[in-house]
Amino acid sequence: MPDGLNLPADGLIAVVKRDCPTCELTASVLGTLAAVGALAVYTQDDPSFPDTIAAPIDDHDLTISHLLGIEIVPTLIRRVGGVEVARSYGWDRAEWERVSGVAGLGAGLPAMRPGCGAKNVEPGTIERLKVRFGQTGLVSRAIDFGAGEDEMEAMFDRGWSDGLPVVPPTAERVLRMLSGTSRAPQEIVGLVPPDLAPATVEKIAINAVMAGCKPEYLPVVLAAVEAVLEEPFAMHGVLATTMFVGPVVMVNGPVRRQIGMNARGNALGQGNRANATIGRALQLVIRNIGGGRPQEVDRATLGNPGKLSYCFAEDEEDNPWDSLATERGVTAGKSAVTVFAGFGLQGVVDQKSRTPESLARSFAECLNVVHHPKLAPSCDAVLVVCPEHARTFYQAGWSKARLYEELYRLCQLPGDDLVAGMRGIAEGLPDSARGKMISKFRPGGLLIVRAGGGAGMFSGIIGGWSASGARGSAPVTIEVKS
Amino acid sequence: MTTILDPSSERSPTIRARLPRPASLDGKVVGLLDISKARGDVFLDRLGLLLTARGITVKRYMKPTMTRPAPLALRQQIGTEVDLVIEGLAD
Repeated sequence: MPDGLNLPADGLIAVVKRDCPTCELTASVLGTLAAVGALAVYTQDDPSFPDTIAAPIDDHDLTISHLLGIEIVPTLIRRVGGVEVARSYGWDRAEWERVSGVAGLGAGLPAMRPGCGAKNVEPGTIERLKVRFGQTGLVSRAIDFGAGEDEMEAMFDRGWSDGLPVVPPTAERVLRMLSGTSRAPQEIVGLVPPDLAPATVEKIAINAVMAGCKPEYLPVVLAAVEAVLEEPFAMHGVLATTMFVGPVVMVNGPVRRQIGMNARGNALGQGNRANATIGRALQLVIRNIGGGRPQEVDRATLGNPGKLSYCFAEDEEDNPWDSLATERGVTAGKSAVTVFAGFGLQGVVDQKSRTPESLARSFAECLNVVHHPKLAPSCDAVLVVCPEHARTFYQAGWSKARLYEELYRLCQLPGDDLVAGMRGIAEGLPDSARGKMISKFRPGGLLIVRAGGGAGMFSGIIGGWSASGARGSAPVTIEVKS
Repeated sequence: MTTILDPSSERSPTIRARLPRPASLDGKVVGLLDISKARGDVFLDRLGLLLTARGITVKRYMKPTMTRPAPLALRQQIGTEVDLVIEGLAD
């Protein structure tokens, strides 16, 4: 306890607020205690409360409450010789009698009544108090902006933005963000390329604040960062390639609905805060912690708009197919992210197919032109099946495994058509492809997820990186930890 | 005044001067690093022939994949075996 607070060295201290029925209930008891001995009553909201006390002490700036570590009001404390020796929370006659040493308190009151949350531990307030008293535990360098500096412009000027405004990561906001996880702030989640700089939970939280995340999104952001830093994802190469790709984050499990992600109408579009900011936070981590910036180590020729944020949830409800995460080994009911090095969205428009055979052929024809109609194997791809298309498979009894099987079969291309120069196109495969059937996708190179609004026979294909699988980037799935 | 927390790795890069270009390749050992990118081997094969014809010692190296940085052991091996490196960076 810091000096200079002028707390009574001996006697009772009570901390209360008017906006608490239990405090109101105990006002008469506080009057009784004040009459029989030393009692200091600190009030958190209304300095005139309680009127049973001659001079309640105003603690609306919550200094005393914070430094006493009050969590519940009313709290009754006994101090002896400047040291706390007893404490009670809420109203509990026996406890108050024990702490105060006064018998027969609160005749006519119920024996016990729980207290209310103290104002000093309310979200938004506790962080402010920790900053004020230097108790944040944060270790990142603090940077002061000039008094005349526009903080939004200052963030741009220092090169920390992806091109859109970012939320200034004040210590209070970062502490609030960290409340979204039980992971220790200094835990290292991984080394972020290209600089191979350690990404601590704290540094990731700072970038999540900047992206606009809410604290409850942080576990998903952490899982996404962890996933792209797994060796098989090859984040360095995904960043450095001249191709279009960036990390696509697909979220499964209960966390999707807990944090309000969009798996339905416009799931891959704008307008949902979680979808928009989780993917953005991941990209800011790569930029700010890893030092991966466009036209530097990020050598993308065109890039793609999803490099601002590419994150969506799978629609898992009311259907017979395994989710992407369960298909990839995650226990049903657990939350997980799957990251995929992908780009853009190629629409699959089929409004006439009413049989799974026809629809699978449509999907295959569209998949077979990813990257280039004459390149095979080309890349991995995610097929995002919309509800109206998915329904055709469900109603015909097709499992997800059956659709995979059919697509791999239908995505075999005659090498004779693919050879360089054939069809009047120089691009293509070497002569050795002649006479062979060539798979468009490597085994395991297709991923199927479901998302989208209830109306519209419009599925989508997210193409990947030509360096897929073991020689480049493979999709990685990681469980979300709280 | 707003105080924010640094979102970066807080590293200050060390600027190191490049080694001076050699005035001549005479007596030098030249490493040719194939990063496993298409047709990089064609370029390096030709370069190797030209250098060897001039009496210059050439050593060939290969990264397992162009998608990842060279493994540490390979970087150390190259660093101890050659005087300079020519890398086939792009196709």
